[in-house]
Amino acid sequence: MSERLRIAVQVNGARHEREVPVRLTLADFLRNELGLTGTHLGCEHGVCGACTVLLDGRSVRGCLTLAVQADGASVTTVEGLAADGALSPLQQAFIDHHALQCGYCTPGMLTTLTEFLRDNPDPSEAEVRIAISGNLCRCTGYAGIVNAALAAAKAMREGSA
Amino acid sequence: MTGYVGTSVKRVEDPALVRGEGRFVDDLRIDGALHAAFVRSPYANARILAVDCAAARALDGVHAVFTHADLPPALREKPVPLLVPNPAIRHLALPFALARDRVALAGEAVAVVLASDRYVAEDAAELVQVDYEPLPVAADVRTALEPGAAKAHPEAEDNLAGTLSLEYGDVDAAFANAARVVRRTLFQHRGGGHAMECRTLLAQYDPMGEHVTIWAGTQSPHQYRDAYAGVMGVAQHQVRVVAPDVGGGFGPKTVLYPEQFCIPACALLTGRPVKWIEDRREHFLTTYQERDQYWDGELALDADGRLLGLRGTLLHDAGAYLPWGLVVPHICAATVPGPYVLPAYRMQVTVAYTNKVPVSPVRGAGRPQAVFFMERLMDAAADALALDRAEIRRRNFVQPEQMPYRVGLVFRDGTAATYDSGDYPELQRMALARADYAGFPARQRAAREQGRYLGIGTASYVEGTGLGPFEGAGVTVQRDGSVLLVTGAAAQGQGHRTMLAQVCADALGVDVAAVTVKAADTAAIAYGVGTFASRIAANAAPAAHVAAGKVRAKVLKVAAHLLEASEDDLTVEDGRVFVRGVPDHGRTLAEIAAAANGLPGFALPAGLEAGLHDTTYFTPERASYPNGCHVAEVEVDVETGEVRLVAYTIGHDCGTMINPLNVEGQVQGGMAHGVGNALFEVMRYDDNAQPVTVNFGEYLLPSAPEVPTAAQVHLECPSPLNPLGVKGAGEGGTIPAPAAIAAAIEHALAPFGVTIDRVPVTPDWLLERIDAARGC
Repeated sequence: MSERLRIAVQVNGARHEREVPVRLTLADFLRNELGLTGTHLGCEHGVCGACTVLLDGRSVRGCLTLAVQADGASVTTVEGLAADGALSPLQQAFIDHHALQCGYCTPGMLTTLTEFLRDNPDPSEAEVRIAISGNLCRCTGYAGIVNAALAAAKAMREGSA
Repeated sequence: MTGYVGTSVKRVEDPALVRGEGRFVDDLRIDGALHAAFVRSPYANARILAVDCAAARALDGVHAVFTHADLPPALREKPVPLLVPNPAIRHLALPFALARDRVALAGEAVAVVLASDRYVAEDAAELVQVDYEPLPVAADVRTALEPGAAKAHPEAEDNLAGTLSLEYGDVDAAFANAARVVRRTLFQHRGGGHAMECRTLLAQYDPMGEHVTIWAGTQSPHQYRDAYAGVMGVAQHQVRVVAPDVGGGFGPKTVLYPEQFCIPACALLTGRPVKWIEDRREHFLTTYQERDQYWDGELALDADGRLLGLRGTLLHDAGAYLPWGLVVPHICAATVPGPYVLPAYRMQVTVAYTNKVPVSPVRGAGRPQAVFFMERLMDAAADALALDRAEIRRRNFVQPEQMPYRVGLVFRDGTAATYDSGDYPELQRMALARADYAGFPARQRAAREQGRYLGIGTASYVEGTGLGPFEGAGVTVQRDGSVLLVTGAAAQGQGHRTMLAQVCADALGVDVAAVTVKAADTAAIAYGVGTFASRIAANAAPAAHVAAGKVRAKVLKVAAHLLEASEDDLTVEDGRVFVRGVPDHGRTLAEIAAAANGLPGFALPAGLEAGLHDTTYFTPERASYPNGCHVAEVEVDVETGEVRLVAYTIGHDCGTMINPLNVEGQVQGGMAHGVGNALFEVMRYDDNAQPVTVNFGEYLLPSAPEVPTAAQVHLECPSPLNPLGVKGAGEGGTIPAPAAIAAAIEHALAPFGVTIDRVPVTPDWLLERIDAARGC
């Protein structure tokens, strides 16, 4: 039914080699082949952003990217954000600022904002809102997420000062 | 008391979720599981003439393909059960697990494919050939009751599902004596719940134990268990339903769907675990929505703007089936009087079938529509009498000294609607002050000088929440001294585990971290009802409070025995019991739990019960009534029709706030849902009831730039109906938002005389109105 190809992907620092169907999405590869179920699927058509992962440091939709496109690349998922087990400042800020309720959109919010804060360490509130405008959340009304992002940016600036 | 209630304890749910270690149904792996995909009808109304599954069955990787004829006998005979019967239902239509000989909406499941993975299952679903005979379609509720209209269900006499009439007082006399009468004809469209996680099911049949375990993204695990057992004719203990992490609920996951019967039956038929994860397109096609209503009503007032009476009609589109009975339209009619002294009232409700997605509660459950109707009438009355829109509300509020206030209606829980607590004038004052309502004219003038159109709108509401019959909590001090709380109160993000741990820790005298909460497993607690109608804080929290209090009494009794002291001299602090003033003379909870468990073969000391456990089901006497006042400030771009929320203020009274941060999160999130209803979310169908907005590109959910952070002010008027004084907090953010935003838009466009008589207010529609008013 489906052609298969062998791929090698670095995921959260660990190398994985697998033969996969060419039509397998990156999100399904991460979830079903590697058991990294933190990446969630909310729409499977590229709008909601729940499946966002970092591919060579850039945010991509896991549902619109094929696993074979990640061959030779490095992928960071939500499971890879806590370095050596310690929560990142952004993850901690999500807890401190009530930035999640059901937690389903959270992995995509965290990966998206991880990239954004890396590139924009001192954003305005409006910039944060635009940064997550491609990630839908039905629970929080975004207030806690925006507050958490701004607090994490501040914490990271102070931490690196 | 350690005093966790009333403090913003950090959520115990969060650490796993931010690490990607949540456990949602699709995250559960069972070896050998089959993956299901449904074959769904492309027609909104059609007979099924033949189904040919041969090509699908022949596909490599396909394990089975089932149609209605293959289902167990119980599912061929019985449809999905009605959860809330009502004698006013005239014709009851309910779906089968798989369509029998006819489909009544586009997307109804006709067959199910079980395969080695979802990709193959979907390939095979494409190969199933269904021969349909299309039937005339009931696509518009406004024409559905005309003579000769196409029938949603050909076997029925017509499309009338039922009628309701809610009435009190002498309405016609009120209108005869009125100094002023205003009238509004309104339309509301609500769209879907759209939790970010779609519906989910994983079923595993255990032939040794003769039972099925179903992991489900449901808001009501016990109701699901009871319904499935009832239909299948097995005992409740043979069905275990577990709701692990659930990615949002918002109402649609409360009710029962065909797939919830089909998928466990597939596990039974194949002997294999079966998983079905709804995709977003299926969610648009089949997950119940809360949809179109047409209201027409008149309000009678005296010359001072005091209400005399209200009369009107409501036409409610039920969609193709009636899974939740007449609950939504009943709530609508019962919510209309709101926070006002309304001496006479009559609402005639007509419920009609169409071939659209069935209607069941979505966050607010009929209340947003009722508030929109009442508040639009209040605005019309204010304008007619040249009164300030906030002032006319102030003149009509039920006063705090009138509590408990009997409205004169029977609410949806069967009891007389009786407002239990609140200070509506004070809450309005607080909200208006926070929004700087008094300063608005200056802001508006300044904007107008720049050619910008600002408007302000306010809406007040009262919502019946915390409905019974009960919710339970089982509290156990375990042998290691830790505390386990089990409850049926399923959570979909509300933070129930944190909230219940706070209540339990206070009542028992332990650290909140010592309490583990397990929710939503029917094997853990005998009974449960479900998470809907903002009912958990008012049902499960009092249950936890009472159960933990009883366990504390047991702890003291055993400790008194061990310490040879009087119970009255003992205190519990941080998980340790000691004689007051003599901290060294005490025992840990672990030691006390061990003593209460006894030694094998030895009798417990006289008077002691075994174990440190209690299960309590709290049964509120009737609904509690949170209330609030929203103030929306908008800017309308009269060239594009775009509406921007400049500021949003919420006055909110949910009684005691157990965890203020969680309450504020509920209110803010609820408001965002209301913003979607007010401005963005449109579920479109064509003339054949074909859904045409079936993805998030076509159906717009509000995103971060569109949703302001609301300023919140809280007035805690405790409910007398439970020992914690709590009322529901889950829906107040949503309920008045469309009314407040519509009022603000109308206010901004007052120079043009544009009337806002529907939601959502989309830019294209609004621009048409503006252009028409300008004579363009």
